Amino acid sequence: MQLAELARLNSARLQRRAAVVLTDISAGGSEVLVEGEGVPPALAGIVTGALRSGKAGLTEIEGRTLFINVHLPPPRLLVIGAVHISQALARMAPIIGYDLTIVDPRTAFATEERFEGVKLVADWPEDVLKEQPLDAYTALVAVTHDPKIDDFPLSEALKAGCFYVGALGSRKTHAKRMERLKEMGCAETQIATIAAPIGLDIGAATPAEIALAILAQVVEAFRRRDLAAEA
Amino acid sequence: MTVSVTMDPLLTAESWVKSGRSVALATVMETWGSAPRQAGSHLVIDGEGNFEGSVSGGCVEGAVITEALDVIASGQPKMLDFGVADETAWRIGLSCGGRIRVYVERLG
Repeated sequence: MQLAELARLNSARLQRRAAVVLTDISAGGSEVLVEGEGVPPALAGIVTGALRSGKAGLTEIEGRTLFINVHLPPPRLLVIGAVHISQALARMAPIIGYDLTIVDPRTAFATEERFEGVKLVADWPEDVLKEQPLDAYTALVAVTHDPKIDDFPLSEALKAGCFYVGALGSRKTHAKRMERLKEMGCAETQIATIAAPIGLDIGAATPAEIALAILAQVVEAFRRRDLAAEA
Repeated sequence: MTVSVTMDPLLTAESWVKSGRSVALATVMETWGSAPRQAGSHLVIDGEGNFEGSVSGGCVEGAVITEALDVIASGQPKMLDFGVADETAWRIGLSCGGRIRVYVERLG
């Protein structure tokens, strides 16, 4: 691969655009195709299939052996609450390759100092979600405990089909939350999918351990999600 | 941050090439049986043998790095096959029992 092609690929990846790299194993040479920038008609079927499956592999086209590599944008992680757990999440998520944003209208919590270098929005989720709607490739993690802040994004996440929806709080807190979400029009079957108490049960005690338990649960939800149901 | 900047072999590769280092890119093309890294995984290697990324669980990286230095010198890409059936399994095979095919090309 030439440097210009590698730079184009990395630039697409950093902008969260899907890209495919075709390497000609027989003749050598690579070609980078970025989603939305046009695909040669002869390759359209294969490229579309690769983008859909996300799977890399070898294939034969017109007597040439090609390797198709697929680069899909990483899932997003939207965290509601700029709390201690979120500070640990903000450090761990980039290691996993997840794209993390933290939203908290409480400016005492959402400070640059506590979240240096993190995408942080000190605004109400109602306003933020208007600009950046949720989707199936987003995990929503609500950790403020405050119904005024958490409930709205939780209900929106259920409606948008986020691949993971988790909420911090004891079983008692969550029971009350489930009642409120029902009143907000969420279906009981959807409400039942919320991960609460949040995180895999590893006996996590500190904020960092809870963050680890949450991230592990998010990865599990993404890797084991039912692709057949999405199609 | 959208892509993890640390430990990302393709970002590392770009910055290495831009800083004038000679670089090879190794890519897992196919796997059979139990293999730790799926097709499409990358290992980048520079002319000094520095590397970032992985194509296995650390089983065959040593051999890939050696081959990569050849590829950097010659400019000719190589296809490498590794399997447990190899007589030298403990040196350059996969102890997990799988087989992998790795393509190594020079960058830039």
